[in-house]
Amino acid sequence: MSTYTLSRGINGRIKQGHKPGENPWSVSRMVALLVLAFLAATWLVPFAWAVLTSLKSEADAGASSISLNPPDGLGLEAYRKVLSAGDIPAWAWNSLLTSIAITLITVATSALAGYAFSRISFRGRRWLYAAIIAAIIIPPQLLIVPLFRQMLAFNLVDTYWGIILPQAFAPAMVLILKRFFDQIPVELEDAARVDGANRLRVFWSIVLPLSRPILAAVAIFVFIGAWNNFLWPFIVTTDADLMTLPVGLQTVKSAYGLQYAQNMASAILAALPLVVVFLFFQRQIIKGIATTGFGGQ
Amino acid sequence: MSNRRGESLTGWAFAAPFAVLFALFLVVPAIYGLYLSFTGATLTGSGGELLGFANYAEALTDPDMWRSLGNTLWFTVLSTVPLVVLSLAFALLVNLGLPGRWLWRLSFFLPYLLASTVVVMFWSWMYNPKLGLINGVLAEFGIAPVAWLQDPNVAMISVVVTTLWWTIGFNFLLYLAALQNIPEQQFEAAAIDGAGKWRQLFSIVIPQLAPTTGLILTLQILASLKVFDQIYMLTNGGPAGSTRSVVQYIYESGFTGYRFGYSSAISYLFFAIIVLVSLAQYKLINRRSSV
Repeated sequence: MSTYTLSRGINGRIKQGHKPGENPWSVSRMVALLVLAFLAATWLVPFAWAVLTSLKSEADAGASSISLNPPDGLGLEAYRKVLSAGDIPAWAWNSLLTSIAITLITVATSALAGYAFSRISFRGRRWLYAAIIAAIIIPPQLLIVPLFRQMLAFNLVDTYWGIILPQAFAPAMVLILKRFFDQIPVELEDAARVDGANRLRVFWSIVLPLSRPILAAVAIFVFIGAWNNFLWPFIVTTDADLMTLPVGLQTVKSAYGLQYAQNMASAILAALPLVVVFLFFQRQIIKGIATTGFGGQ
Repeated sequence: MSNRRGESLTGWAFAAPFAVLFALFLVVPAIYGLYLSFTGATLTGSGGELLGFANYAEALTDPDMWRSLGNTLWFTVLSTVPLVVLSLAFALLVNLGLPGRWLWRLSFFLPYLLASTVVVMFWSWMYNPKLGLINGVLAEFGIAPVAWLQDPNVAMISVVVTTLWWTIGFNFLLYLAALQNIPEQQFEAAAIDGAGKWRQLFSIVIPQLAPTTGLILTLQILASLKVFDQIYMLTNGGPAGSTRSVVQYIYESGFTGYRFGYSSAISYLFFAIIVLVSLAQYKLINRRSSV
């Protein structure tokens, strides 16, 4: 429900736009438009500069500074070289695999736990709930040392599971989903339970279908975080074949040395998947980030 | 009675998958880390003897620890202010309903989707002293090149600028969403009362956004305090430790100095600071909303 108002708000052009009786071409609006265009252009410059560099030859990229029209012309040579080296596709695969696993496990466990907190009174519920709230302020970055030791003990260093498991739960998402389930009228479930359906069944066939938007929002948020996470995968992987994209790029960045065009080509390739996904699902992603950012409100 | 037990079991069955991961990968390391902080543990596991508060005593007299703490707090101040103020300004501008709305939204939000590594690759190239775009443009105006990441007086500012570019999209989206939930009638009423645009901004919009600002401020301070990625990759904490953050010091003590016990002690000291900051914020925000 809250998601609905938010989505209408954030995508609704109707509410905004100039009001009748207000001159759409007034001087102040023109000034605002210029400022906005300037800021947006500034924000796009690092992308544009990286793309331009990636299209140059190595000689041109390392030669003069701002040349929009380099002597060797522009081409995809740097991309060809980077892709044929084969590391980036392999790392992208690792990122995809681990991010999907993290997202699926996090969404499933958070939804189940959120439902338990919302609807079922069980022993120790209050304790567990308090622990989850307290856990929200613990930055995972502070646990890297004990966690790494634990991973050594579990033999999970340099494995996919070693990357996945410590990222595959999110106390904040449990709270967000609990709050959402709290808003669903209990009567909807009572009818089904009178008919003899058990909790799991009610959860699966009544609660989950009503929660699709919030589940999507949580999934989007978790996936972006997992896809881009650096510190933990960086610590738990030393084997280059298992590295995720951000970690792999960081470790070979220096190996490219002065090959600026290839360096930028690999950065662009690494950025591309999420940017393309974003362009296709802009509305859903923005809605998802805003919803989870507000703690599900 | 049996019904209640059954209910209790069902509850645990639902909560169990989460509770197991939560216990194994958060509660256990949190307790284990506390234990380690009182030992001389190393990466390999040797030297696990109990040292009492020796690690804590050492940390409190370690100039590198204080330096990294100072850097972190300074970074938090320098980054939080523009990340809150500018994100609000951007959201207000985009919310004016000018043409090209999706393009503005896209431009400001896109960097948020990038991994820290990619952000750093872009910006290392922008900041490159000889070939970078920034010094190239400055040269066009006859300004001498600046060592953006190598000059201790400038490096922190460069890190903040990169952070601003990278993460403003998140705050911007939250403000934009909040702005669009302000009821239109309020503006109509104010317009009838003769309130101009700027009056409306300060007497309606900004007060209405107070809860959002509180939330953004809280999230931003916590995020800034645990900064690591972009600093580690842009400057590696340099030059001469002038940008090294606490999380980087924790990482280095543990994984390059191999002192797991000492590293854990710093983690706990820093955690105490985070708790204090969170409590202070909680009190401040609650007081404001109760007035």
